[in-house]
Amino acid sequence: MEHDTPHSDVAPAAHAHEETHHPDWSVYWKVALILTLITIGEVWMYYVPAIVASRAFVPGLLALSALKFAIVVMFYMHLKYDHKLFRALFTGPLLIAASTLIALMFLFGHLSAKL
Amino acid sequence: MSAPAAHHYTSTGLDSRKVAIWAFIGSECMLFVSLISTYLIYKGRSRVGPFPHETWVDPTSGHHFHAILNIPVTSASTFTLLMSSLFMVLALAAVQHKGSYPTRTWWQRRLASSKLWLWATAIAGTTFLGFQAFEFTSFVHEGLSIRTNLFGSSFFTLTGFHGAHVTAGVIWLLTLLSIDYKRGLGPKDELIVDIAALYWHFVDVVWIAIFTLVYLIK
Repeated sequence: MEHDTPHSDVAPAAHAHEETHHPDWSVYWKVALILTLITIGEVWMYYVPAIVASRAFVPGLLALSALKFAIVVMFYMHLKYDHKLFRALFTGPLLIAASTLIALMFLFGHLSAKL
Repeated sequence: MSAPAAHHYTSTGLDSRKVAIWAFIGSECMLFVSLISTYLIYKGRSRVGPFPHETWVDPTSGHHFHAILNIPVTSASTFTLLMSSLFMVLALAAVQHKGSYPTRTWWQRRLASSKLWLWATAIAGTTFLGFQAFEFTSFVHEGLSIRTNLFGSSFFTLTGFHGAHVTAGVIWLLTLLSIDYKRGLGPKDELIVDIAALYWHFVDVVWIAIFTLVYLIK
């Protein structure tokens, strides 16, 4: 399904051709199924002592969480299909915030102790 | 003087309301990362229990505290919030395509009903809040309050802020529902539903991060 955002007669002359392509209903159901399966996988990892004891536990959970985060942002928030300015408005602060988080973890010794 | 603008376009050609919600979401990212950072910095530094993943015996009273986080309950609430995101995106699709899709069968009529999906989203959000109220109440009964230790302070602040955002989202959804009942939401209202949906999905992605960082990582 494709639609153009309606243009007003009084819109500025420099009005960019804002075109968004939103996925079909079936894609939304498939995304929900994938998100559910990933969540089940995360909880399953939590209950398997061998996985919890392994070095892959925390990176694995973080990777699955990041995957879920990206899927929701790309498909449900339509950032994959939307204007690049929206992508910049979201990923810019997110990167700054993530960098601050990592810096704080080093500062307070949570990461430096592991490296 | 020209007629009032029907759309609030910026010099980029994008609607200013949508630019504003994305800028707001960007700022909210920073707020929640600061709260998550605080939780992670204090993680494992509480001097007294109860603790999130470990049992603890109070040396003064001899009282035994078990690990306080209830993963099955939180998994159920996480699933509820994930499904609410699906319902929200279906509500948006129903508004966008109102009148343009066939509604011959019962299922097609349900799929095209914005009221149904908005109600489903609001109910799922309220259920999530119910889970959170249950969790907070059980924690307080088990001896963990916001003043007990560093874990309690940072945990209740982080999840409480998230819960407040979910509450605001539910009120927003109920407002959209009242508009839908009053005059009906259609393709011309796509943007106001899209903005509410973006906020709702953001609340969902924040919980995705909280669920892993607070509940699952020991």
